[in-house]
Amino acid sequence: MKVYLSVLKLRLSMGMQYRTAALAGVATQFFWGFIMIMVFEAFYEHASSTPPISLKELIQYIWLQQAFLVFVMMWFRDNELFDLITSGNISYELCRPNGLYGFWYAKLLAQRLSSAILRCFPILIIAYFLPDPYNLELPHSNTAFLLFVSALLLGLLLLVSISMFLYISVFVTLSPMGSLLVFGVLSEFFAGLIIPVPLMPDWLQQIANVLPFRWTADFPFRVYSGHIPEHEAAIGILVQLSYLIVLIWLGRKALNGVLKKVVVQGG
Amino acid sequence: MSVYFKYLLIHFKSQMQYRTSFWLLSLGQFFIPFSVFAGLYFLFERFGQIKGWGFFEVALCFAVIHMAFSISECFARGFDSFSDLIIKGDFDRVLVRPRSTFVQVLGSKFEFTRAGRLLQSVMVLIWALSSLPIEWTITKIATLVLMMTSGVFIFTGIYMLAATMCFWTVQGLEVANIFTDGGREMAQYPLNIYHKWVARFFTYVIPFGTVNYLPLQYILGKTQGSDLMYMVTPALGSLFILPCFFVWQFGVRHYRSTGS
Amino acid sequence: MIHLEGISKSYKIAKRQTGLRQAAKALFYREYTTIAALKDISFSINQGEIVGYIGPNGAGKSTTIKIMSGILVPDTGKCTIMGCTPWKERTSYVKNIGVVFGQRSQLWWDVPVMDSFELLKDIYKVPQQEYQTTIKLLIETLELQEIVNSPVRQLSLGQRMRCEIAASLIHSPQILFLDEPTIGLDAVSKIAVRKFIKTINKEKGVTVILTTHDMNDIEALAERVILIGKGNVLYDGHLEELRKRFGTRKTITADYSQNTSPIKMPAGAEILSYTQERLSISIDTNHTKTSDAITQLSQQVELTDVTIETQPIEDIIVKLYKEYQI
Repeated sequence: MKVYLSVLKLRLSMGMQYRTAALAGVATQFFWGFIMIMVFEAFYEHASSTPPISLKELIQYIWLQQAFLVFVMMWFRDNELFDLITSGNISYELCRPNGLYGFWYAKLLAQRLSSAILRCFPILIIAYFLPDPYNLELPHSNTAFLLFVSALLLGLLLLVSISMFLYISVFVTLSPMGSLLVFGVLSEFFAGLIIPVPLMPDWLQQIANVLPFRWTADFPFRVYSGHIPEHEAAIGILVQLSYLIVLIWLGRKALNGVLKKVVVQGG
Repeated sequence: MSVYFKYLLIHFKSQMQYRTSFWLLSLGQFFIPFSVFAGLYFLFERFGQIKGWGFFEVALCFAVIHMAFSISECFARGFDSFSDLIIKGDFDRVLVRPRSTFVQVLGSKFEFTRAGRLLQSVMVLIWALSSLPIEWTITKIATLVLMMTSGVFIFTGIYMLAATMCFWTVQGLEVANIFTDGGREMAQYPLNIYHKWVARFFTYVIPFGTVNYLPLQYILGKTQGSDLMYMVTPALGSLFILPCFFVWQFGVRHYRSTGS
Repeated sequence: MIHLEGISKSYKIAKRQTGLRQAAKALFYREYTTIAALKDISFSINQGEIVGYIGPNGAGKSTTIKIMSGILVPDTGKCTIMGCTPWKERTSYVKNIGVVFGQRSQLWWDVPVMDSFELLKDIYKVPQQEYQTTIKLLIETLELQEIVNSPVRQLSLGQRMRCEIAASLIHSPQILFLDEPTIGLDAVSKIAVRKFIKTINKEKGVTVILTTHDMNDIEALAERVILIGKGNVLYDGHLEELRKRFGTRKTITADYSQNTSPIKMPAGAEILSYTQERLSISIDTNHTKTSDAITQLSQQVELTDVTIETQPIEDIIVKLYKEYQI
């Protein structure tokens, strides 16, 4: 555990070195958020039937998405790991005393955590002080807030466990580009980052519900806005947990599998 | 100009050394905007229209801005990735060659994989055009071509401004993304769906409005008043690159007096 | 041909702040320190000379090269090269010069070297016929036949440097600036590069200005050196002159048949090593003539062999740096 903490600490202080970059990132995300909100506002203006998610809830959704972008974006990647796998220098990593799965998992988690810590608060705070109806509101109850925090963190753990498969797949394909593309496009769409899941046609929603992606972004954001009621949220957290356990278990198995092959090939 | 094509050729040869990665990246460039377009399609499926604009009209907007974007990213990549040139110190090399800095920086990098994105947006363009009841005339076709050109000029101008910033600092360059990626994302929809101040900013300051929103009204026969005004807007928008050019020259002069 | 007069240049450097609070402040306000890189530099170089431009790191070598090649504009001073002011008419001036930055490449990494040459031909607008003759000559003298058709990324450092030099000569410039052309090269490549520089200087009359840290380059190539330190010209003249002035120590090594009796050393001699068969001393020729020292030794022991070594130029330069405290 201590190793993981020190990795996180190192990342944080490295991230602090790039303050200007972080500032620029925050500005960009704000602009992005505004564009999305205005587009939805325009769509909602002449909507013939009541949309399945209210504009206010949607705005909460969008600001949270911007604030926690690094929690939910599959595109955010570690090129070091890719290089390690494709160059065959993986043998060095195998000498480490810690299990490879745990170590990589912690590394990826730390990267996302440290960037998010630097970026989320400015966005959340400014979004809170925006004029109505564009502002981010406080969650409507303490329970909802607690549920949101757990859902968000579990969502992050879940996303990292999904992204582990991305790295594992590179052992087989040996080209990060293809894997990144498939994982990136699929996860972005089905996590509801392009359009929120409730706005998708029914048949797509059904697909999204089966896949793990929406539990990383769509679910926590809607818990916050109260679009998903508290008792449903509690059940959702159980679903997240089971997904997490299954994916980590599968991930470890898959990693051990590909590593065995590497050892056999003497790579 | 001929030397620009020579640069193009040598970069193409280099790119062909890495065919697999070229195809994969092009495929990626095809699918990334594809998912965005899918999102747009589903929104129209649910809402039917956006402030009076139909799906195919918006699709046309989308196609034009994405085409302009992919062409500029391919051919003006040298300015887009200018910070590399500065960090490596290769800009000194540019200055000891008897050609304009503009053509040399343009020629320093190309991103051919944007062909994938271009293909995707051409497909959207064809779909949108064949589904819209437009009475085509020569001037309308000319306007459509001008729209793309002005888009390319505007994106290139923004890249040049960001590149000029590198002469002072290479940190925080991501801000330029607001105007390139952000501009592209925003101009996927007609400008009048946004708040007035956004529409104004992107008409008079960074004239993305002249790439699709304004001339599109002429093509779609939605104009009020003189057609000519709407027709020439892309040409006016293209002028955006002129001040960028002067700013660039100023930046080069600053670099040569400070050497940093 | 090259004439510099009173060139000076200073840089403003932002002070780096440590600590979060200082860094936040630096976002809005920065403090600058001014560093004078060049102070009143003047020299002239005639056509056909090879000049070694030397000095420790940070002395202002690259700044001078950058000014002479038109990249940088100096604060004050006049610089006329072939009738042009380099930083004024940049595009017409740079046709006359070739520049090799030893640590950076001007070749396109993934394509055969020949393709890079062809593109440079177009960049410099060299007529096809002229290009044909130049390139043939370059390939022959630099022995590039085997490598011009391979991509640059497959070449060794030495091969690449030969191609770099060829690349900067495609437009037949009259002045060649070489910024550390032998850095990182192995001994064989170094010799090849030096030989070639000498050849083009002799046969085409190309004026060469060369910065380097390798004194062997200077010794092999340059008759004239300009030593710069802390932004000033400290020495400008012949290498031999430099040696005469500062390299007055010589090393005498004497072999003799076994000798057990003590030897009386020449005046002012410094003993480097001393055995029953061999003696190595260092003397200052200002005080003791070499011939006197040898005579004195031969009277005491039965000499079988004597070698006299002048002080390596390397040592002289180190001594100079020390003397000027740079």
